[in-house]
Amino acid sequence: MPVIALDKDYAKKVEFRDNVNNFHGNQLTYVHWEEHNMFCSAIAFPLPPAMPFGALVSEVIAPHYAAHPDAAKIDWSKVEWMIDGKKVTPDFDKSLAENGMKHKSLVRFWTPGLNGYKGTYS
Amino acid sequence: MAQIASITLYQNDEARPVMEAILQDNPTARVLNMPGAVKIDVDDELVINRATVEEKLGSEWDPQQIHMVLISMAGNLDEDDDRITLSWKH
Amino acid sequence: MAVKKMGLKQKYAHLTRGLDWETSYQKMDDVFPYDQFEGIKITDWSKWEDPFRLTMDAYWKFQAEKERKLYAVIDAFAQNNGQLNVSDARYINVLKLFLTGVSPLEYQAHRGFAFTGRHMRGVGPRIAAQMQSLDELRHFQTQAHTISHYNKFFDGIAEFQHMHDRVWYLSVPKSFFDDARAAGPFEFMIAIGFAFEYVLTNLLFVPFMSGAAYNGDMSTVTFGFSAQSDESRHMTLGIEVIKFLLEQHPDNLPIVQKWVDKWFWRGFKVLGLVAMMMDYMLPKKVMSWKEAWEIYFTEAGGSLFTDLERYGLKVPKYADVATEMAEHISHQNWAVFYQYTHAAAFHTWTPDKEHLDWLSEKYPNTFDKYYRPRWEMWAKMDEEGKRFYNMALPQLCQTCQIPMAYTEPGDPTQIAFRCTEWNGEMYHFCSDGCKDIFDDEPEKYAQSWLPVHQIFQGNCGGPTVPDVLNWYRLNVGADNMDYVGSPDEQVWNSWKGKAPAEAAE
Repeated sequence: MPVIALDKDYAKKVEFRDNVNNFHGNQLTYVHWEEHNMFCSAIAFPLPPAMPFGALVSEVIAPHYAAHPDAAKIDWSKVEWMIDGKKVTPDFDKSLAENGMKHKSLVRFWTPGLNGYKGTYS
Repeated sequence: MAQIASITLYQNDEARPVMEAILQDNPTARVLNMPGAVKIDVDDELVINRATVEEKLGSEWDPQQIHMVLISMAGNLDEDDDRITLSWKH
Repeated sequence: MAVKKMGLKQKYAHLTRGLDWETSYQKMDDVFPYDQFEGIKITDWSKWEDPFRLTMDAYWKFQAEKERKLYAVIDAFAQNNGQLNVSDARYINVLKLFLTGVSPLEYQAHRGFAFTGRHMRGVGPRIAAQMQSLDELRHFQTQAHTISHYNKFFDGIAEFQHMHDRVWYLSVPKSFFDDARAAGPFEFMIAIGFAFEYVLTNLLFVPFMSGAAYNGDMSTVTFGFSAQSDESRHMTLGIEVIKFLLEQHPDNLPIVQKWVDKWFWRGFKVLGLVAMMMDYMLPKKVMSWKEAWEIYFTEAGGSLFTDLERYGLKVPKYADVATEMAEHISHQNWAVFYQYTHAAAFHTWTPDKEHLDWLSEKYPNTFDKYYRPRWEMWAKMDEEGKRFYNMALPQLCQTCQIPMAYTEPGDPTQIAFRCTEWNGEMYHFCSDGCKDIFDDEPEKYAQSWLPVHQIFQGNCGGPTVPDVLNWYRLNVGADNMDYVGSPDEQVWNSWKGKAPAEAAE
């Protein structure tokens, strides 16, 4: 449905605020560790599309989830990944873009055997 | 399930005669006391009669004075010089 | 011959019928340019009935009397150092959130109703909207006056208006009202007059002000109930507008239903802040959010929507989802603020054992299973000197702008993710309700000013957290962080002759 507005040209005058060009060469990436809701929601980062997926894991994801008691037990080779709703096996040596990630892509991951504080998904 | 007509008033001296009048004229009324406020529920229809409030108050009372003690209400409102009605009846 | 005094109905009829006229120098459509583009059809404005039949003279008389009473209480409160008598200084954080998050909305409502009053072609709703506009201005002023007394003693209050425009979580209530005010006058009336004032406002004011009464805050109780006494008139306007639109033309029904669905959901999400205040922030609790929801939505809303069935109007879409969420929303919201306490303009704390027991009792189906372990985990981490702070910025919902912290309907272990691809770009949502709203008017919500994205774009004072907090005018170390160890706690303990609590308590 198009917006109902007094100005017939409303849609042409709209400023789309989060266009990728506004992020100084980066694209937005959202990350979420499933079954660990101590982190209240997915977390957001502006990242260069050429960043290797492995660097996303070691430099962005791992340090930001390190506070959780389960974090030290993660075996990154066993992690299950989902990017934008599709189960995938990302290539750690290839870039975010080469792994199919776009501006505002959502990366969800599961850590089999680890499901939060005392298994409560916290 | 019955539809609930409801009024919430201040828990104070000015509202007390109004509350007493409601309880007298609506025998099935239920009262929920909260800090600072009182909620009165009646199935389908709640009536406030000017005459009953005046009897409790011992002086004249204009139904519009309800605005001084009113917190909330539920039901379709009808107000004239002699009564206020909150109702779901048609 | 003595002149007979006019009755209420007669006086009101003169005011709302006799004083209006059809313009002749200018076309009516040019004088009222905003009341047709939304597609609402009005065939007879004179069918409008205001059941309160309040005339201007009576309006001024009652409002003046309410003000006199309120200011007598505020004066007495200040003279007697009423701040000493609140239950606990944690309570003051409720006022901080209220003043930064809700009071500026009263001002927005004042502007919105002034605009709507100007642009309604019928004189009945024009007068009602004008009165409401004046009421809302009064609410904003009395709230700022009342809470200014607390500003002498506590942090986090002084920059409320500036913060409302900038601080990340305050974009939630701000954008809610911006959304309503950017709509046409009829949608504004359904959004604020009906969905917010009639269906949801009781959940804001009644249990919350009762909470103030129970926590010894006489001044807030008084402004709250004084405002709420106007609210009954606003509710009457809200229900009148919906009946009027539905009676005027059958084509209005689908439009009105869409707005009711949308604004119920928008309002419900904003009120999640109140849920959190009731369950976590009031030191002495009146009722749980779930109980308030049962009384004021399930029961009162049930009666209302049964009544509106005769027009073909249905209970708002996703009302069942909202009712299920009443079990979770306060816990999920307080968890957000707990982990982002460094970026909040009020204090947070972990619930103590007595408080946890109360929550277990009030939420027997969910609290012990999902939320109690989380609080116990955080308390344990805190004891070990590892108090948890989330150092990344959260993903926000494109529509409600709240961090995407809500779980799937039917599965409280999993965060809900919804996504739409539009115009070559992805948009993310916390719920089906928020996604539907975007999908219906994507051009509007693609403009959302999402605080997290704005920080990344470099529009919020700088790249680091201290830069952003400075831009918020948040006084770091005083306004933010846990209550334990705060200057607020220090001042309270000095009044009460208590030693400060151990930081790890």
